[in-house]
Amino acid sequence: MESETATGLASISYALDTFYFLIAGAFVMLMAAGFAMLEAGLVRSKNTAEILTKNIALFSVACVMFMIVGYNLMYPGSVISAYVPGASFFITSENGSEALASLAAGEEGASYYSSMADFFFQVVFVATAMSIVSGAVAERMKLFAFLGFAVVFTAVIYPVQGYWNWGGGWLAELGYSDYAGSGTVHLCGAVAALAGVILLGARRGKYGPNGEVIPIPGANLPLATLGTFILWFGWFGFNGGSELAVANFDSANNVARVFVNTNMAACGGVVAALLTVRTIWGKADLTMALNGALAGLVAVTASPLTPSPLMATVIGAMGGILVVFSIITLDKMKIDDPVGAISVHGVAGILGIMVVPLTNEDASLVVQAIGVAGIFVWTFAASFALWGLLKMVMGIRVSEEEEYEGVDIAECGLEAYPEFVGGRQ
Amino acid sequence: MKLVTAIIKPFKLEEVREALSSIGVQGMTVTEVKGFGRQKGHTELYRGAEYVVDFIPKTKIEIGIDDEQLDSVIDAIAQAAGSGKIGDGKIFVTELGRAIRIRTNETGPTAL
Repeated sequence: MESETATGLASISYALDTFYFLIAGAFVMLMAAGFAMLEAGLVRSKNTAEILTKNIALFSVACVMFMIVGYNLMYPGSVISAYVPGASFFITSENGSEALASLAAGEEGASYYSSMADFFFQVVFVATAMSIVSGAVAERMKLFAFLGFAVVFTAVIYPVQGYWNWGGGWLAELGYSDYAGSGTVHLCGAVAALAGVILLGARRGKYGPNGEVIPIPGANLPLATLGTFILWFGWFGFNGGSELAVANFDSANNVARVFVNTNMAACGGVVAALLTVRTIWGKADLTMALNGALAGLVAVTASPLTPSPLMATVIGAMGGILVVFSIITLDKMKIDDPVGAISVHGVAGILGIMVVPLTNEDASLVVQAIGVAGIFVWTFAASFALWGLLKMVMGIRVSEEEEYEGVDIAECGLEAYPEFVGGRQ
Repeated sequence: MKLVTAIIKPFKLEEVREALSSIGVQGMTVTEVKGFGRQKGHTELYRGAEYVVDFIPKTKIEIGIDDEQLDSVIDAIAQAAGSGKIGDGKIFVTELGRAIRIRTNETGPTAL
């Protein structure tokens, strides 16, 4: 009798945790729509269809490559070292009834949710990381060069540094703390983007002969705003799901706290960014407010559980202020990032990693900094080499003609807004 | 026959249309254009970079009219489109050599 009750309870708790992983994963999947809309809104109309194609294609490529090899690299059964995971292919296993029995008996380390659900939750994270790159290289990169990069990034580059943290590798052993991936997901994606942008070059006409920044306004700010709100919504799954459980008293409370803090950080980011741009330029730049929300979200992503809601708001605000100055600075350095991805995910990502010790006494500034360095160096070196190889083999930039005409025509052979007169720039 | 081209502020279009209608002008062609005269543009700001927008949206109206109507048409447009402020626009009058109604092949003033 007793074991039946225990089994029954274990069954429900397993089901609830599994359900939670799946729903959280679905929330994060929706972030693909968020990225797509945000980017579509911030590029010119002649480049809109291409960036949408890029977004849906990269998501698909990411999931396929992660399924084939990436997931098992990130969570390897056997490892070569704390730095190098062992490789295996395809996802096949699922928990059997012994797992349920083990869970019901209260055994340490028993599987408490479906392994397929684990894959599903993780695969949407790699897609998010890859998606960060697409905005930074917008309007001038060859679509298939980008997708070629995506194949290797999602199969190897991301999983290796993911292994270091969540897969139990050397960063985890050091005590590096990154709850939902300010470093593992956001910084990683931003660094891959940075390597690409350096080799790609700025859009034609973006910087004047004396270093002046020439604005290239986005075609559809309502879409950009919609995209930001969708990302914000999806983040509840991104951070909330990273508690990795909900079916017990403590986890349930934790998840609730994470939801609240995630939301507060976004709000802090918006308010701070708006106040910052209003102070510097006297105007409320919508695109900066949107970036502020996202920077706030990224900044809290490494520690959404430990702060108080007020502190989470402050962390978000720090991200919001930082992102404005980062965007200005990158433009001054002629690093052309049409959507601010490197600033939002990279600079705010580093901030997110470094503020963890403020509210989490188990984390140390030194170890967090080592984490930043490790992720940065690996991702930059591997990405730079890969972009370099792609550049040599097939070229990564469209021709000047094609860039003028718009990559919609050049890469997709169609227009996003065929009934409107084509763009001029 | 004359071709009257008027460049006006876009929000004045309805008023001008009604004014022309009330003096018997039966049709017009309208285009959205950009331009400037002595009216200067304005500065916009995008992610910290300033740029000057020189060209201001305007509406261009073209009407073909009989010579006799010219003065009343000019008056009607100027009255309706004017606000006394810079940027009210301009009216140009050019000779209209021929006019044909496509449906019936009528030519000359009856085609207008």
